[in-house]
Amino acid sequence: MITVTELRKSYRQGGRTIDALDGVSLEVPRGTIHGVIGHSGAGKSTLVRCLTLLDRPTSGSVSIDGRDLTSVKDSEVRSARRRIGMVFQHANLLDSRTAAGNVALPLELVRLSKSEKDAKVARLLGLVGLAEFADAYPSQLSGGQRQRVGIARALAADPTVLLCDEPTSALDPATTDEILDLIRELADTLGLTVLIITHEMNVVKRICDSVSLLEKGRVVEQGPLREVAGSLNGRLVQALLPLPPHIPSGTGPVLDLLTAGGSGSGPVLSELSRRFSLDVTLLAGSVETLAGEQFSRMRVGLAPASEDNAPAEPLELNEVVSHLRARGVTVEVAA
Amino acid sequence: MNFLEEIVNNPGLTEALPTEFGATLQMISISGFFTVLIGLPLGVFLIASAPGGLRPMPVTHRILSDVVVNITRSVPFAILMVSLIPLARLITGTSIGPIAASVSLSIGSIPFFARIVETSLRDVAAGKIDAALVMGSTRMQVIRKVLLPEALPGLIAGFTSTLVALVGYSAMAGIIGGGGLGRLAYNYGLQRFDTTVMVVIIVIIVAIVQLIQLAGDRAMARVDHRNAATAGAGRRRRRAPAVEVSA
Repeated sequence: MITVTELRKSYRQGGRTIDALDGVSLEVPRGTIHGVIGHSGAGKSTLVRCLTLLDRPTSGSVSIDGRDLTSVKDSEVRSARRRIGMVFQHANLLDSRTAAGNVALPLELVRLSKSEKDAKVARLLGLVGLAEFADAYPSQLSGGQRQRVGIARALAADPTVLLCDEPTSALDPATTDEILDLIRELADTLGLTVLIITHEMNVVKRICDSVSLLEKGRVVEQGPLREVAGSLNGRLVQALLPLPPHIPSGTGPVLDLLTAGGSGSGPVLSELSRRFSLDVTLLAGSVETLAGEQFSRMRVGLAPASEDNAPAEPLELNEVVSHLRARGVTVEVAA
Repeated sequence: MNFLEEIVNNPGLTEALPTEFGATLQMISISGFFTVLIGLPLGVFLIASAPGGLRPMPVTHRILSDVVVNITRSVPFAILMVSLIPLARLITGTSIGPIAASVSLSIGSIPFFARIVETSLRDVAAGKIDAALVMGSTRMQVIRKVLLPEALPGLIAGFTSTLVALVGYSAMAGIIGGGGLGRLAYNYGLQRFDTTVMVVIIVIIVAIVQLIQLAGDRAMARVDHRNAATAGAGRRRRRAPAVEVSA
């Protein structure tokens, strides 16, 4: 479990103080994956450096499995760091060592017999699917394979926490998905607590259980994925369930609908159409599976259906909205 | 007398050359040894003590880098040699001969090599150092397991250049008492107008330099795994067979 409380980090730059982190708090329960998303300059890198104690925070605390990291003495920093496995954007492998040699590096820092070490390296390389590349040098591996070696190396010291700093930002989309699925699999099988720093929403969508949106050193939105995706007013919903640009409907009211997982499932739109005799036009929408549940966000235009030249019944918008809400759909009148 | 006969009969070549060749090798190997022994740790210290380094020591760094290294490097070598004669006498008990000359040769090339070491180590990506620190390495482990192995190709290339420079310096050292090929060329070639000796010595010195360079390049290629094409051991990427393009 990772607990970050009111973390602050200020730098002095040319006489003025810059607050790179301005009171960041977050909690990642054991065995779950938390994404920290933000633009460049939001404070993501500073957060990573404070979590690994490469930088000391100005105030606030970081604790891993209930042990405070920020208060450890300089002499204990090294053993405290071994509880954290870290995956970097560019893998940061040593070019002078083979894949096996790179994975062995953290094991050389602790006392371990050669046979134990070799067995562990082989097991770790197998875990990331690179058993046959043990003798290859990083320059002979693809970007995705290098990142797999990086992940194996991060796991070498049996950490309980895996910290990933933009792990897929330098990879192509297909490789990105492979690496993300590997991280998810490892988190599930090894019970790892994972914190992923990223600027890619795809990473959050694919593997995160919860997410924090970081902006100018502050967390502006935070929560389990199903919560942040389930609220129409949040900042993250537009990124998680984007509404593509669309042409506004000519007449009639426009509704924003959001269905999440079990709530509001079923044929919402056709039911609406039958029950209220409405023509329902889908203007824009997106459907995603997030944290194992299906979410859909739709913008629909409503108009009374005129059948067989019979005069259309006037539209009772309030009734429509309360019907939808009763069905568990989040509704907002957009126009 | 043709040129070949001249070579086998010239006393400057038959009697003096083997001794002086040995003296030159002695100077290069002794000073080469001490250059690495002192220059390598000095270069590592320059990097580690720099601002933002593994163990920043701004004042010590500044004194070593700006004062000691730069001043030693900016004094012309011939002048440095002459001014170090008293020191050579203090250390070796004599002021002439290849061993005495090795003192000033070492002192002249240590700062040169230390700068090369510093530059090579600085080229090691900061991310690799961070990675080693995050996995709990001590500073010493970062130096031993990351900085030096990663910079090894550059260090070997730098040492090769240093040795080549030492060949040149040793010839100069010969003229002011060090002995070796430099003195031979000066005594016979210049003062006795013996062109044969001069030509032979130039050929030998060129050959020494070529050999050093060749050995250096070979050694560097062996340890350099930075490019897939030259990574050597391990799994080589197969090149796709060339396909002929037909019109």
